[in-house]
Amino acid sequence: MATQHSRAAARLMMAPAVILLLGWMLVPLILTLYFSFKRYLPLRGDSLGKGLDWVGFQNYARFVTSSSFWPSIQVTLIIVGGVLVVTVLLGTLLAVLLDQPMWGTGIVRILVISPFFVMPTVSGLVWKNMFMDSTNGLFAHLWRAFGAAPVDWVSQQSLFSIILIVSWEWLPFATLILLTAIQSLDSEQLEAAEMDGAPALKRFWFIVIPHLSRAITIVILIQTIFLLSIFAEIYVTTAGAFGTKTLTYLIFQRVLESQNVGLGSAGGVYAIILANIVAIFLMRIVGKNLDA
Amino acid sequence: MARSVTTRRKIVYTVLAWGVGLLIFFPILWTILTSFKTEADAIAAPPKFLFFHWTLENYAVVQERSDYMRHLWNSIVIAGGSTLLGTVVAVPAAWSMAFVPSRRTKDILMWMLSTKMLPAVGVLYPIYLMFIQLGLLDTRTGLVIVMMLINLPIIIWMLFTYFREIPGEILEAARMDGATLRAEILYVLTPMALPGIASTILLNVILAWNEAFWTLNLTAANAGPLTAFIASYSSPEGLFFAKLSAASVMAFAPILVLGWFSQKQLVRGLTFGAVK
Amino acid sequence: MTISVRALLGASALCTLAAMANAETTLTIATVNNGDMIRMQGLTDDFTKSHPDIKLNWVTMEENVLRQRVTTDITTKGGQFDIMTIGMYETPIWGKNGWLVPLNDLPADYDVNDLLPAMRAGLSYDNTLYAAPFYGESSMVMYRKDLMEKAGLTMPEKPTWEFIRKAAAAMTDRANDINGICLRGKAGWGEGGAFITVLANSFGARWFDENWNAQFDTPEWKQALTFFVDMMKESGPSGYATNGFNENLSLFQQGKCGMWIDATVAASFVTDPSQSTVADKVGFAMAPNHEGVDKRANWLWAWALAIPAGSQKVDAAKQFIEWATSKHYIDLVASKEGWANVPPGARTSLYENPNYKDIPFAKMTLNSINAADPLHPTVKPVPYVGIQFVAIPEFAGIATDVSQEFASVYAGQESVDDALAKAQAMTNDAMSAAGYR
Repeated sequence: MATQHSRAAARLMMAPAVILLLGWMLVPLILTLYFSFKRYLPLRGDSLGKGLDWVGFQNYARFVTSSSFWPSIQVTLIIVGGVLVVTVLLGTLLAVLLDQPMWGTGIVRILVISPFFVMPTVSGLVWKNMFMDSTNGLFAHLWRAFGAAPVDWVSQQSLFSIILIVSWEWLPFATLILLTAIQSLDSEQLEAAEMDGAPALKRFWFIVIPHLSRAITIVILIQTIFLLSIFAEIYVTTAGAFGTKTLTYLIFQRVLESQNVGLGSAGGVYAIILANIVAIFLMRIVGKNLDA
Repeated sequence: MARSVTTRRKIVYTVLAWGVGLLIFFPILWTILTSFKTEADAIAAPPKFLFFHWTLENYAVVQERSDYMRHLWNSIVIAGGSTLLGTVVAVPAAWSMAFVPSRRTKDILMWMLSTKMLPAVGVLYPIYLMFIQLGLLDTRTGLVIVMMLINLPIIIWMLFTYFREIPGEILEAARMDGATLRAEILYVLTPMALPGIASTILLNVILAWNEAFWTLNLTAANAGPLTAFIASYSSPEGLFFAKLSAASVMAFAPILVLGWFSQKQLVRGLTFGAVK
Repeated sequence: MTISVRALLGASALCTLAAMANAETTLTIATVNNGDMIRMQGLTDDFTKSHPDIKLNWVTMEENVLRQRVTTDITTKGGQFDIMTIGMYETPIWGKNGWLVPLNDLPADYDVNDLLPAMRAGLSYDNTLYAAPFYGESSMVMYRKDLMEKAGLTMPEKPTWEFIRKAAAAMTDRANDINGICLRGKAGWGEGGAFITVLANSFGARWFDENWNAQFDTPEWKQALTFFVDMMKESGPSGYATNGFNENLSLFQQGKCGMWIDATVAASFVTDPSQSTVADKVGFAMAPNHEGVDKRANWLWAWALAIPAGSQKVDAAKQFIEWATSKHYIDLVASKEGWANVPPGARTSLYENPNYKDIPFAKMTLNSINAADPLHPTVKPVPYVGIQFVAIPEFAGIATDVSQEFASVYAGQESVDDALAKAQAMTNDAMSAAGYR
């Protein structure tokens, strides 16, 4: 099918997208690399116009030896991993549930997908203030009603709180994709298994789960892309305190709060490396699952 | 006998699903309820669920303080414009990857997705400087371009997965009949992929609507969308739960309603080639 | 697809139209979402009536967002804002870099000499004023007279920390959800960072010695931080590690705090019956000191209006700033909203005004501002200016990191010693990087 002519046409048609993305990637990337080898402290009057001093690998060394660096990598991975586990597990259960016969499927589905439409800033603010606040939050009222001392979630259970908020935002997405996948499952196969007397759990494990593996891969891939750079949820809840400083947040602090663009850019390069490690890792799994 | 078992089962599933659904929806419901309370009722202990003095005052206060319609219009233009522009660029690219695949197609796709993993804040300064040079700061045009670039990989990838499900023979048949490439895409491919394209557009409108880093940092008075609108309510002085809720509802209501009305398309389209 | 292209063209045509409508001078003003600023936005009719050719565009943001937006814009010369709301920390640094238009030609009827000397000094660099104070503040004790009486104690006009701690413990009533004392613990240099710094100052501690060496390893810091943590454990609200100004204000207004030590501007909010449930029960006292230390926990801050250098609209911007920070504006607010709501702490004449003298917190506010000395913030000598901050560009970043460590202590995740050791290492590291040591 692929003639010489159509190959050329295909290249031409891909060109705009590839050129745009290449530009969007390369220009900032080159500038980030450039800044990362420079002393660039805007508040001290450094600017591109005046020329920036070359400092070699000093920014890189400083960023990686800072006491915040390794914890930030760890926190990033915990948050990404935690949210993935929660959304995939609960998403699968929820998808199986929504696939059952019931009244009002449409409305239930609307209820379940709604969190996906809420801005991260808004969900962070709503959860932090109206639910997790230790004085006026709903959880505090609930705890008190049972005679327990209210917990200040954001400071005392900081990582749990963030994972909860982010999972709430992404659970609808996981559920929807997994639900679509389950609905495509061959019901005859399930019925046959049922006839054979296979218990529900076994049917779920040996028929449903393998069928879902591809959808789960997609969920993991797409969510990882977005989760690696989550920012707003942390910004409005803990502002990086209580051990919730992700790599993205650490870079934000270096660039915008410390106003050290060189150091932040070096951090940006580390983040790119981390993203690529994760990407290669993902590609290995996804690549296998996406060959079709 | 068998019938009664299914009915009983159905009841159990219904109760369970509604319970879980309401639990997940509850934070949104609670925000909506709180937005109609007075500030005092909003923090009342024990919390008041329905029996409080309903008021529209918070909405009035928020509207008086910030020009909601302007932010809303900016959000519509930026989310809509970037998605449409992105789709125009992505359709041909996705077409060629789906129907004239080469050895490197998958690598290119993965590379495109990986551009989304770069931390935005790392390049804030370079982008800001470029925007100054190009006169794009605080313009909707500038944000349409940035949001388009940010979401382009996702658009391409989604379209690619839909296109791939369309049997190539149909396109060949059209070609045999003498259809040009343009006609092939417009009249054969697009109608077949319409559900996929619709859900791609929906998903990207949602993503662009909710993006809060670039929209906040590249705008001032003119082009600020609803994410900038929210930035002035995140911690006002004194009691603010009710006002925060009202502002939040104003920010997410349009997209929530759009999502509800189009959930069929969204659900049908959100397969990412996962269904085989 | 044709439809989408047309929609795009339509959208961009609208953009052009919007740009063309700006024939008159439009000032874009970046400001913080504090009560006084929001009140000003409601009163701008008075300005636009007398200046029909000037249109005002407000960009209101939460404090941290504002700071990050205006800083990016000023350092890159983005020119997005014609007037910026900035504080005492930014003004001297930006003025030194030549990024602000000097306000040295204010008209005679503006009466620049009427500005409180402390405010004027804090907003100047090299004796040139770079930002006009909209309102100014120090810190003081706000307490519930009724609870104090119930506890059988009397608040002296100049309390010590030891008294505050004793009173807090006596006022605490966990069963009725009353915390003896509410203080800031929230991470961020302008939030909990500012508070712990003035508390440390009043214990005789300092951020740096004369050679810019961090001083977190000194006994004074350990004593100050330990005192704070112990007192809050005894009598503070459970979630104080995430409480900043707004959270505490809200708690105090709900009657959940016996005492609150914070910005003097809060006085008008806690005594306003329309938002406070304890409006008629609030008393005021000077910020405390540690017994035997001759420094009180008084900070000094002003929110001020400044014009970025290179602005095309300097004249119009100056006219607006003159209006917003004038005596006339104070009268305007007084006539519309009452004297208790005028922006405080900026002008001497306000405190000489007989109408204002009746306001219960007026005298204490002025005394507190006068007690603050940004040139000599600590007992031991320091190489810097500023009380709750150190007026060097690196401070915001360092203090945010340090305050995050402290917040972990408040949340019970870290010990005082560990946090101080980390703060010491972090600060010295950053100061070496910046070339101070």
